[in-house]
Amino acid sequence: MKKPSDPQLLDRLSEAARQGRISRRSFLHYASAAGLTMTGATGLWTKQAAAQPQRGGTFRWGLHDGNTADTHDPGTYLSRQQIYVAHTHRSYLTMINGDGSLGPDLATSWSASADASEWTFEITPDASFHSGKKLTANDVVASLNHHRGDGSTSAAKALLSDVTDIKADGDYTVVVSLTGGNADFPWLMTDYHMAICPANADGTIDWQSGDGSGPYKIDSQEWGVRCNLSRHDGWHGEGAYFDKVEILVLNDPNARQTALVTGDVDSVSLIELKTMGLLQRNPNIVIQNIPSAGAITMPMHCNKAPFDNVDVRNALKLAMDRDEIIEKIAFGAATKGNDFHHSPAQPYWPDDIPQREYDPDQARSLLKKAGAEGLTVSLSTADSVYAGAVDMCVLYKEQAAKAGININVVREPNDGYYSDVWLKKPFTLVSWGARPTPDVMYTLAYKADAAWNESFWQNERFNEVLLQAKAELNDTLRAEMYREMAMLARDDGGTLIPFFNNFVYAHSAKVGVPDQLAASWECDGARAASRWWFTS
Amino acid sequence: MGDIARLVAKRLGLGLLTLLVVSVLIFFAVELLPGDIAQAVLGQGATEENVAALRERMGLNKPAPVRYFEWLGGAVTGDFGVSLISGEKVTTAITGRFVNTLFLATYAAVIAVPLAIILGVIVALLRNTIFDRVANVMTLTSISSPEFFLGYILILFLAVKNPYFPALASLSEGMSFGEILHRTFLPALTLVLVVTAHMMRMTRAAIINLLASPYIEMARLKGTPPWKVIVKHALPNAWAPIINVVALNIAYLITGVVLVEVVFVYPGIGQLLVDAVSKRDFPIVQACCLIFAATFILLNLAADVGAILTNPRLRHPK
Repeated sequence: MKKPSDPQLLDRLSEAARQGRISRRSFLHYASAAGLTMTGATGLWTKQAAAQPQRGGTFRWGLHDGNTADTHDPGTYLSRQQIYVAHTHRSYLTMINGDGSLGPDLATSWSASADASEWTFEITPDASFHSGKKLTANDVVASLNHHRGDGSTSAAKALLSDVTDIKADGDYTVVVSLTGGNADFPWLMTDYHMAICPANADGTIDWQSGDGSGPYKIDSQEWGVRCNLSRHDGWHGEGAYFDKVEILVLNDPNARQTALVTGDVDSVSLIELKTMGLLQRNPNIVIQNIPSAGAITMPMHCNKAPFDNVDVRNALKLAMDRDEIIEKIAFGAATKGNDFHHSPAQPYWPDDIPQREYDPDQARSLLKKAGAEGLTVSLSTADSVYAGAVDMCVLYKEQAAKAGININVVREPNDGYYSDVWLKKPFTLVSWGARPTPDVMYTLAYKADAAWNESFWQNERFNEVLLQAKAELNDTLRAEMYREMAMLARDDGGTLIPFFNNFVYAHSAKVGVPDQLAASWECDGARAASRWWFTS
Repeated sequence: MGDIARLVAKRLGLGLLTLLVVSVLIFFAVELLPGDIAQAVLGQGATEENVAALRERMGLNKPAPVRYFEWLGGAVTGDFGVSLISGEKVTTAITGRFVNTLFLATYAAVIAVPLAIILGVIVALLRNTIFDRVANVMTLTSISSPEFFLGYILILFLAVKNPYFPALASLSEGMSFGEILHRTFLPALTLVLVVTAHMMRMTRAAIINLLASPYIEMARLKGTPPWKVIVKHALPNAWAPIINVVALNIAYLITGVVLVEVVFVYPGIGQLLVDAVSKRDFPIVQACCLIFAATFILLNLAADVGAILTNPRLRHPK
């Protein structure tokens, strides 16, 4: 692999190509001079000058998280392998677009009753399963009911707990009734568990066969190893430019990276931050660094001393130098947190809230006010939470020492961290996956009676506004409410949020991608197979 | 020969007993792991309610000994149960993976065993020369490096810098035999490097040990050339320890290659075992471990039988 002798030359060339100041031939000539291979140069030209999707090719896709014991049961979707396969061979009612807005998948339109407690989805009549069966409202009803009811073992049961009834109205209309208003309900339908499967006669679903109505159908598969798919010609959506898709499980970071460098795969779902800088120098590889709604949080139990004192909580929040942590632990691939769990990658993000900065002096004076000078607390962490989790806590310990806080970093076992440590120890480090809207996130982990209220935070006003915002269909009013909640969480809440981690993944330069990439999962919201294309 | 048959029967009987003990140990080791299978399947997103529902469905609410004997009852009749998570039959889940592992082990052994023995004979012949030293240093270096590191080095030089071989050893249907050999060459080579030193040095040591014997001196005195002394006179008496080491290394090629499988993304049984342990999928863990234990028992038995067959004194006891 040749290294570019002049990276600036490449940048100038790209710019010239974009503005149409240079011909294709000269571009390729100069790009080779800059150390790019012919395929890479052609790919770059096409990307800069003519970003037109083209049909064809086999997209080989290396994923970082897959297990032999994974299955097609949407209720137990957990690994990236399951989630990516699901977005490739199954459909959802709605989907998150590249620009972060909500768009149609199976549902062509949706509307709510005035109080947002009844939602009607119109289903496209064009959708069919790979087996040839037409997709109707019955399949949707059965698929959603898979996550409900007493016998359900679905991990998404809590998400649909306020659903009272789901019924089909004709072949292509589904009506969902809720206990209360929920303006976000169509967003919930993008959750990866909500995949639509064919219904059985008894109202259950047939997930076992692996049939779906997504852009690609499964030709052969071995969980934990590979999945081969080919284009489903009857797909109802737009895109799906590749003829075939080959998903490979590459759990080892080095194997993933090598496969990308040697051209054995066209894209990988995760690259190690440590080697990101080295990979960036390879002109045949494009690295995507996308801010996500996934977060690293540090909940403090507000019902236990010393965290029951808001000054102590805020002192701990002020005692963290987030910039240093992002630079040293996340290698810059993160968005600074501000102690409210609402990421810029989510809708309604309030952009005018003052950023909390590192201020050991103010932290010290808050502690003095609380009568807790020389505070000593234990912070539980484990390596599995985030790459560099233990180092991060040790770095925080050093930063907090300047504010006179003594932090004891306790390294817990990786196994069973979320059953034995999280929600049990008073101060922990936690990793949260991306949720589509602030309401989902706040309801899940900040609502007073939520099972996962990880900081045991009880704030009357916050909970009141949370319920109002949930049923509010007016976007402006809603945004104002989320701003108020953000302020409450930031200044009174029990959760320190160091940063929102970015999705860092890569693809070959000959893969074309849209201008905006969805931030719900890596690889364009896990939909690379239907949204990307080959440029040469 | 009757003695050998009796020995084999006796050892097989003891082997079965060993397997039984191993199965008890595995079962309770899996039980002792923190967290449980329902939690592992549903992940961080699990609530107590659906963990309980899943435990019920998987039959985990019965006491551990009851579950063990239920499994054992099935196992003695040849039914190793189904995966707790996917519901797939354990035998189906394992067969393909085990065939892959056996293939890779055979590939590596076919290269490594002749290479190690021939090298061993040559270095015994040329002992204390520069060739002997270089061969020793090189094989000892490769055995002392962790195998994943050797794998990375090979990938760097033979796949990334000089793309002769693919970095991923992933197999797919419809590959020709030649293609498969080409795809799996790097993992096989890694394993060859890992096991060669042990066998080569044992061959060398066993032969050199015999060179001080009076009958070797006799052979030399009658004017036999040095290579013939070693190949015809020393080697036949050195087989017993060599066979032992070869058997041990072949067992290692089958049971100890999980790191190589991970580095080259080769779908073998080691990777399956690691996946099953992380999900607490007991029937799969149990079956994998029993296969490993049986491999060791059978190869050890084969080594002992081999040692007897190559030694006329043991073959015809007075």
